[in-house]
Amino acid sequence: MLKEGVLDPQGKAAHKSLESLGYKGIEGVRIGKYIEVTLADDADGDRDKLVREMCQRLLSNPVIENYEIEWEK
Amino acid sequence: MKFGIVVFPGSNCDHDCYHAVKHVLGQEAAFIWHANPDLNGCDALIVPGGFSYGDYLRAGAMAAISPALTEIKAFVKRGNPVIGICNGFQILLESGILPGAMIRNKDLRFICKDTFLRVENNNSKFTNKFNDKKLISLPIAHAEGSYYADAEELKRLEGEGRVLFRYADKEGNVSNDTNPNGSLLNIAGILNKEGNALGMMPHPERSMESIVGNEDGRLIFESMIEAVS
Repeated sequence: MLKEGVLDPQGKAAHKSLESLGYKGIEGVRIGKYIEVTLADDADGDRDKLVREMCQRLLSNPVIENYEIEWEK
Repeated sequence: MKFGIVVFPGSNCDHDCYHAVKHVLGQEAAFIWHANPDLNGCDALIVPGGFSYGDYLRAGAMAAISPALTEIKAFVKRGNPVIGICNGFQILLESGILPGAMIRNKDLRFICKDTFLRVENNNSKFTNKFNDKKLISLPIAHAEGSYYADAEELKRLEGEGRVLFRYADKEGNVSNDTNPNGSLLNIAGILNKEGNALGMMPHPERSMESIVGNEDGRLIFESMIEAVS
């Protein structure tokens, strides 16, 4: 997700569109990315550390984005 | 002198850059494929515009981790001039050579038009040929050209005089009205700490010859040639 304080024009556009559909009381809309990374079963090492590194190095831009990791399996 | 033009999959302004420095300015120029980054003999580098890696994930994100960037970083460290234009600027930002990041244009549209730029520093490696010229016009063509950096970084950039170009009007006024994409402080181009790496969103290589109606871009490349000689 874009960090708070970083302008999200896409979120604003979606917000306006929701309002034009008649929805009231929306205070804000922000749009982020959902990325799925599937690791092989026998992947070595600390998986959480590995994925965090991937996020820091490529999958997110720490200047403007925050990320959260969720494991499904 | 020799200009190296780094090419990534999806770069599309490389040929315009080649034409600019080789045919218009009579310098040696070579394309450098990103996966085979041999910078030998290059006096300066151009990271051209386009849509490297389709702008997938984030514009410039995947190019930024290409092996070419290790070479480019070392080249910058040795003090040689490097100019990143449009997607090139995005790549320099994503790779950390320049601070900050680019986000989507404020009004979401891809904007393709001529802009006026106020020149903030006439003594840099990229503006030494400008003499007293404080205003130029160059075209922009981008959807993600809104420059962002946090308050501390902006303060540093401003304090160290590293903002080189700002979006302005034809009188040189800088305001929200003259800002096409929402860039903080109307920033159109910035320098690294050492002043040898420039990132700019507008396209100087598209303004090299009077036949296209604008020669302001020449001054930037001519300044780089001056800086090297």
